[in-house]
Amino acid sequence: MKAAAFLMPLLGLSVSAQASPLGYLAGSGHDAIEISRLIALFGGVSIAVVVLVALLLLGGLFRRREPDPAHGRPQRDEGGMAWIYVGVAATVVVLAVCMFYNLKTIAAVASPPDDAALTVEITAHQWWWQVRYQDREPQKVFYTANEIHVPVGEKVRFLLSSADVIHSFWVPKLAGKMDVIPGQTNVTWLEAEAPGVYRGECAVFCGAEHARMEFRVVAQEPKDFQAWAAHQLQPAPPPGDAEIQAGRLTFESRCAACHTLRGSSAAGFAAPDLTHLMDRSTLAAGALPNDAEHLAEWIRDPQKYKPGTNMPQVPLSEADLAAVVAYLRTAR
Amino acid sequence: MTVETFREPKLVTAEEAARREPALRRIWETPPGLAGWLSSVDHKSIGKRYLVTALIFLILGGLEAAVMRAQLSQPDMHLLSPEAYAQLFTMHGVTMIFLYAFPVLSGFSNYLWPLLLGSRDMAFPRLNAFSYWSFLAGGIALYVSFIAGRAPDNGWFNYVPYASRGFDPGVNIDAYALGMILLGLSTTVGGINFIVTLLRLRAPGMSINRVPILIWGTLTASLGNLFAVPAVTLAFVLLWFDRSWGTHFFDSSGGGQPLLWQHLFWMFGHPWVYAIVLPAMGIVSDGLPVFCRRPLVGYSAVALATVSTMVLGFGVWVHHMFATGLPVSSLSFFSSASMVIVIPSAVAVFAWLATIWTGRPRFTTAFLFFAGFVLLFVIGGVSGFMTAAVPADWQLTHTYFVVAHLHYVIIGINVFAVVGGVYFWFPKMTGRFMNETLGKWSFWVMFIGFNLGFFPMHIAGLAGMPRRIYTYPADAGWGGVNMVITLGSYLFAVGVLLFLINIVVSRFKGRAAGANPWDGGTLEWSVSSPPPPYNFALIPIVARRHPLWEEQLAEGEDRSSTNAKGFLLDHGRETLGTTPIDAEPDVILKMPEDSWMPLLLALAVSGLCTGLLLKLWFLFGIGTAVSLLAAVIWLWPRRYLSQVER
Amino acid sequence: MNTSVMSGKVLPVGSKSRHASGWWGMLTVVATEAALFAYLLFSYYYVAAHTTNPWPTGGDPKLDLAIPGTLILIAGSLVMAWGEHGIRRGRNGRLAAGLIVSILLALLFLGIQFWEWFHKPFALDYDAYSSLYFVITGFHMAHVAVGVVMLVAVLLWTALGHFDAERHSAVSIAVIYWHFVTIVWLAVFFTFYLSPRLI
Repeated sequence: MKAAAFLMPLLGLSVSAQASPLGYLAGSGHDAIEISRLIALFGGVSIAVVVLVALLLLGGLFRRREPDPAHGRPQRDEGGMAWIYVGVAATVVVLAVCMFYNLKTIAAVASPPDDAALTVEITAHQWWWQVRYQDREPQKVFYTANEIHVPVGEKVRFLLSSADVIHSFWVPKLAGKMDVIPGQTNVTWLEAEAPGVYRGECAVFCGAEHARMEFRVVAQEPKDFQAWAAHQLQPAPPPGDAEIQAGRLTFESRCAACHTLRGSSAAGFAAPDLTHLMDRSTLAAGALPNDAEHLAEWIRDPQKYKPGTNMPQVPLSEADLAAVVAYLRTAR
Repeated sequence: MTVETFREPKLVTAEEAARREPALRRIWETPPGLAGWLSSVDHKSIGKRYLVTALIFLILGGLEAAVMRAQLSQPDMHLLSPEAYAQLFTMHGVTMIFLYAFPVLSGFSNYLWPLLLGSRDMAFPRLNAFSYWSFLAGGIALYVSFIAGRAPDNGWFNYVPYASRGFDPGVNIDAYALGMILLGLSTTVGGINFIVTLLRLRAPGMSINRVPILIWGTLTASLGNLFAVPAVTLAFVLLWFDRSWGTHFFDSSGGGQPLLWQHLFWMFGHPWVYAIVLPAMGIVSDGLPVFCRRPLVGYSAVALATVSTMVLGFGVWVHHMFATGLPVSSLSFFSSASMVIVIPSAVAVFAWLATIWTGRPRFTTAFLFFAGFVLLFVIGGVSGFMTAAVPADWQLTHTYFVVAHLHYVIIGINVFAVVGGVYFWFPKMTGRFMNETLGKWSFWVMFIGFNLGFFPMHIAGLAGMPRRIYTYPADAGWGGVNMVITLGSYLFAVGVLLFLINIVVSRFKGRAAGANPWDGGTLEWSVSSPPPPYNFALIPIVARRHPLWEEQLAEGEDRSSTNAKGFLLDHGRETLGTTPIDAEPDVILKMPEDSWMPLLLALAVSGLCTGLLLKLWFLFGIGTAVSLLAAVIWLWPRRYLSQVER
Repeated sequence: MNTSVMSGKVLPVGSKSRHASGWWGMLTVVATEAALFAYLLFSYYYVAAHTTNPWPTGGDPKLDLAIPGTLILIAGSLVMAWGEHGIRRGRNGRLAAGLIVSILLALLFLGIQFWEWFHKPFALDYDAYSSLYFVITGFHMAHVAVGVVMLVAVLLWTALGHFDAERHSAVSIAVIYWHFVTIVWLAVFFTFYLSPRLI
């Protein structure tokens, strides 16, 4: 009963934690589901072992004993070796089953597919993700950042490389993580089984803003995905009114060294491509929600929201800032 | 000057030994005062220094953790800047793993080895002192960078290329390298000392199958370190070359390999994990049976399991690198090899369980810690078993699940054994008991606080919370679990505080304890508490694993001889050298006097390394010259050491 | 155990050379140093196996100095063994001669190594290969230098008459290290000079 009283809050905590958008026991991707079964097996065995040992320990501590013939002095060694023989034999059997299932799961999830519908190149930066959609036709290749759209039910291959230090690419609900290491291209793959927005994050410490290096995987029905991809190939719409026009000029003179925004002359390569910024739900790799107010705040003082970020504080007058925000708000 | 070359060691009675005890005391005692303290080579004072220093580092590491837990208690907290947080988690890890967990076991082993083995000191007493001083120098090197405002900030495993000059400029990573080189030196010479002590300095009759399990644990750790430590020392030297001389070992733009760092680091790192738990398991294997009033079940199996764990430990380093994109065949091999370690661990667990079940437990504080340890050992073990499965590890690694696992290993398997060991051997070290009432409070607060604080970390990990993040967004859903973790870990800290208070109070006001307060069976309980400077007036003669329990256990006709009849060696500092396997008397060893050279050499080597790392060539030159001088004086052949071959 | 079994045995006082604690200690030092070189050479092979650059940089290293250097180091070890054998029979002179010749040969080896260093077409910071070449051979040269310091100390103690047929474990201990330095060189030599030719 006491154990139950202890377990209940624990269970509550677990359930509430699994409601996290990053909890991977309730997965939605092919690999994540396979792996959650493996974790369930290994976790189940582990819990059983802990409970068994706890019971044996409690039994050993409190079981009834005959009066002590040695009167408190040490007693003769009356065996006990059977415990080790039986215990180790049982361990070996359980271990063998687990090892078999482990190798089976490795075979199911480890090898990248040859028949990927789509190949996406990811370049991890301190502290954001550059995304490049490969295509056989060069004019169909496009860039985006921090938000990766994929078609549901199809295998998507990811080629991972790093622009600076080691990162790790992880979408918990879809698959296990794969480190992103400078000087080598690691390959992983995702297959979402249901439409939805899946959170991803960097999992290897990569510097001050490691905690703010999120991304999103948006799984869409294939036709929606096609429409999205076609839209991504378009440049941002031309500026409408005068303020937006002014914002574009300011953007081109102050931001273009780092950012690209197709439809303007900005073609920098050190920071996220902003062509379709308004299609994304967050700013600065998950640091802030993407709305006009936060966009202005972010441009005004990036270090306030993401201390250490490589985006400098660009001195802009309030009018210039408002114009740049107005211009960026048209980038969809 | 005549030099004695051969002698028949005198076998004398206790009465005769008692008459010679004042002379022995004169020969062995370190003079009082600072000069004596700085030059002492007595293993007991060195052991106590290790213990006290390691506990101070435990407090520092704990304070660092407390600040981090405040920052993480709720989402989007701004108590710490990201940089401050990075320095704290790095220093917390480095402190606990390198400055607490291993040195505290070195403290026990240094204090206990000669007493357990029936010897008067370690094989190389001066090297022992040097080992302590260089450990202290390494710890100071690391903390000086903290005080200078820029401590190492790349985690204890310090992955390149973030650790390279381009991404992490400043003196912090160089300070880490300096600290690790000095600690590596300390660990290596310490390991050499333990190995040679085991081979040479066991009491006559203490054959290899009669040494306590703690000896097996420390021996295995020492052998492991001998082969593992060079990997990390080398990794830091190569990193220094990359940072200071423009080489390209880890730099992919020059053809180097970032993963080379990870291989070298984990080739060291995994055996190191066993180095910080095997001696702790030894403490439990020796302490638990005393309170169960019977010998350990399965001595040989446990000794063998200890050694085979370390052997396997050298073949599993890749399980820290499952997500680095290695070929599937290699993953499958290292995954299976890692799981096999479950088997020797199971041997130990069932041996402890059987000892408790078939014994008659006495619920002392030390026993509570040892019994609690068994459960925590299993929890820490099974979570390791889960991460050994490659696909599971792809989800679990780099998350709080691993943080939970490593804390169950380092706190559950190391700290609980250590605290139990302190309650167990404190009467031997000081002649006083620790307070049992306060002790039981400290156990229950620590045990409940620990599980409350660290078990939910598994849940945070399963909910996707990565390690080493200075904050997290509210919508990630980790707020509740982190608040519980923070509160639980603070409760645990209160328990540790109760334990530390108990040490201080009992040191001065504890109830007096006799030579053998727990009715233990091994040799350390045959001498007074605290032991005299020479440990044993008579070198004991050993016939059984438990020389003090022979009458009760009635295992045969042969009897050990402790305090009744034994070898009296009193022509200066002497002890008996025996053969490596059977422990037959082989040589009368002359032991060195107290010496300043260990301290001088440690200072000189620190200067040498600091000069080299920071390119202060003047300091480097002086350090080198003084090191050579100290080494030559140290090793100068002494007539009385009479090197003989016959 | 019967205590009487243990008594009545005359034991050497101090130490016996094969059983000197320092002798065992030196074996453990050699073990850990061997591990250090194993990790150094692992680093070489690891980088070589993963590199996309031409390997080795500057083509296969020339053997015209490396082979004489190797022979010199082996000769130094043999001469030292001869000298150690001498002191076992009490021949101080032979020990001193062995030490002096060994030291000179080691200095010659170091000279050759430096000459080769300064005639390489690349510097330390050129690429991963150059880093490995200079640092690994440099590590070995540092070990040779430490060995020379040991032999000089032993030579000094020989001159002061500390050693005779019965007491010379310091000599035996230093010689273990000296042979180790030679054997390790063979592994380094194979790695840098022969292995690129075998692939």
